[in-house]
Amino acid sequence: MQPINCYLGVSAILFCIGLFGVMTRRNAVGILMSIELMLNAANLNLVAFSAYGPKHGLTGQVFAVFVITIAAAEAAVGLAIVVNLYMNAKHVNVDQVNLMKW
Amino acid sequence: MTGQGVAFAVLAAITIISALLVVTIKNIVRSALFLALSFVGVAGLYILLNAEFLAAVQVLIYVGAITVLMLFAIMLTQQIMSAKISQTTEWFWLALPMALAMLATLIFFFAMRTYPVNPAPDALAVGTTMPLAEALLKPYLLPFELASFILLAALVGAIVIAREEKPGATD
Amino acid sequence: MLSAYFPILVLIVLATGFALGALTLSHVLGPKRPNPAKSEPYECGMRPIGSARQRIPVRFYLIAMLFILFDIEIVFLYPWAIVFDHLGLFGLVEMIVFIAILVVGYVYVWRKGALEWE
Repeated sequence: MQPINCYLGVSAILFCIGLFGVMTRRNAVGILMSIELMLNAANLNLVAFSAYGPKHGLTGQVFAVFVITIAAAEAAVGLAIVVNLYMNAKHVNVDQVNLMKW
Repeated sequence: MTGQGVAFAVLAAITIISALLVVTIKNIVRSALFLALSFVGVAGLYILLNAEFLAAVQVLIYVGAITVLMLFAIMLTQQIMSAKISQTTEWFWLALPMALAMLATLIFFFAMRTYPVNPAPDALAVGTTMPLAEALLKPYLLPFELASFILLAALVGAIVIAREEKPGATD
Repeated sequence: MLSAYFPILVLIVLATGFALGALTLSHVLGPKRPNPAKSEPYECGMRPIGSARQRIPVRFYLIAMLFILFDIEIVFLYPWAIVFDHLGLFGLVEMIVFIAILVVGYVYVWRKGALEWE
């Protein structure tokens, strides 16, 4: 098998791509997609350590299942907020949402 | 290079290239479709890591449900094919060095440390679904039940937030 | 272990190859003589009114969101189904608790009228 550092490297790259997306996307849905990428990177890390860890265990995989659950809940609520934002503001551009900004 | 090495390289390339397209492409619908491809790549990596249940869950939840939900949200909120407006904020040139710095830091620490790696990671290769199920339902019972509370809260929250208020509704 | 996935690899390669091959061949070999009638959505049907790329109602989103949450519930049912017979009554009770909590959400959605499609 590959050394674990390969998986960690892929996971780090994926995380940083997601980070970049969160910082640069204007569309709120795009930001949520980037967050999903970051969660996937975290999951990849957990599963890699679950497979390669010093002793066999499935803790990493169990964690990943719960992370996926949270990610789905987060996507549902986050996109509900986006939809509500659209109904109120008629756009989903996060840099124009300044109603609560002084 | 072994077959496994080739598989790893191909899957990692699919994952990373489509993730890059997700954050850079102008048309948000295509971006969502590349997101699905990236998730498929991660599912393949899970299989390489002997986590076949997680790979199935990844395809079922991320590819099958979350991406579709994203597409629904895009269709709800956009004139979808109008890629005329810029999709990126003016922070592009600040965000790029920051993300690269983060990447360099992570890679540096991953490369510097040697991890206490299990010498024979294939010992679990008989299939991890059964032990995973045992773990989920015995030692992780409480988080398992709490997960259903999280789903309940998300359900109620999303309904309350996203429902169109009817003018004559009583509640 | 991973060799068990070899048929899947073959399937992926064949499916991708077939799709790409069919598209490429029809692109290369097929004659291209477009006219306005051919590029309509329904070549011999009703004339489409307006654009198909309009905003869809929020109700579709609510259904998709309910789908995703109950999809997660199904994902938790799979591992339970595998070990169900040697967990016995204990496993049954924990799954009933799990589902009962989500049924509360289902009843809420129903009473709130989010499933109605008037």
